Amino acid sequence: MSQRNDVRDVMLAAVPSLRAFAISLCGNVDRADDLVQETLLRAWANLNSFQPGTNMSAWLFTILRNLFRSEYRKRRHEVEDVDGSYADSLASLPDQNSRLELGEFRKALNLLPPDQRESLILVGASGFSYEEAAQICGCAVGTIKSRVNRARTRLAEILSIDGASDFGPDRETRAVVNSS
Amino acid sequence: MTRGGPLQPKKKADVRGYKTNGVVKLGPDIKARIGQQLRLMYSEVVDQGVPDRFVEMLKRLDDPTNRGSKQ
Repeated sequence: MSQRNDVRDVMLAAVPSLRAFAISLCGNVDRADDLVQETLLRAWANLNSFQPGTNMSAWLFTILRNLFRSEYRKRRHEVEDVDGSYADSLASLPDQNSRLELGEFRKALNLLPPDQRESLILVGASGFSYEEAAQICGCAVGTIKSRVNRARTRLAEILSIDGASDFGPDRETRAVVNSS
Repeated sequence: MTRGGPLQPKKKADVRGYKTNGVVKLGPDIKARIGQQLRLMYSEVVDQGVPDRFVEMLKRLDDPTNRGSKQ
């Protein structure tokens, strides 16, 4: 079935980005890979529910997110592996400064509420539009926009990023950032 | 913000992140900076490509002779 072969290719092409998203959700490479594998199996088994002509990548992300959500509820009390095996398993970055900086950034990202974190990642890293991210998360576009804004503001706060005045309309947060 | 002056003194923070007194300074353009970090973090994983296990798995799914004979 050549149609299935096409689907297989699209799925394969989506794997790197699915993994990156899965790792950002669960902070652990092995669990993330299991999640991606389960996503692909689930997608394959439910191909008939995919609407041809729509974004398959967004569809796969939706499945992955839902799987993670249901698993996350079960494992809520487990501590996330913020900078353990995940960080160790990654190829080294070109220079140590960017590695250190990225470590700080990752820790800050993990302090965000999950809703905000996933919205920011879908829009800011996975390259989805606000509309696609809303579809993936099953919420309104406005909700995604506000989550992304709050995520950025909070990150700026956590990282005490300079030049907070360039950012967002949230004066209260800016005041907090400036006074600290 | 003025741009383009060749002798424009650098403002408080360099564009590249660095640490001062334990505070990470990420430069003035927060959105751009956060976006850059996000993409960097993401591309660390994306650049690893597709691990073999997924290639194998999808191949198996695709093989009709394997249908119904899952180990």
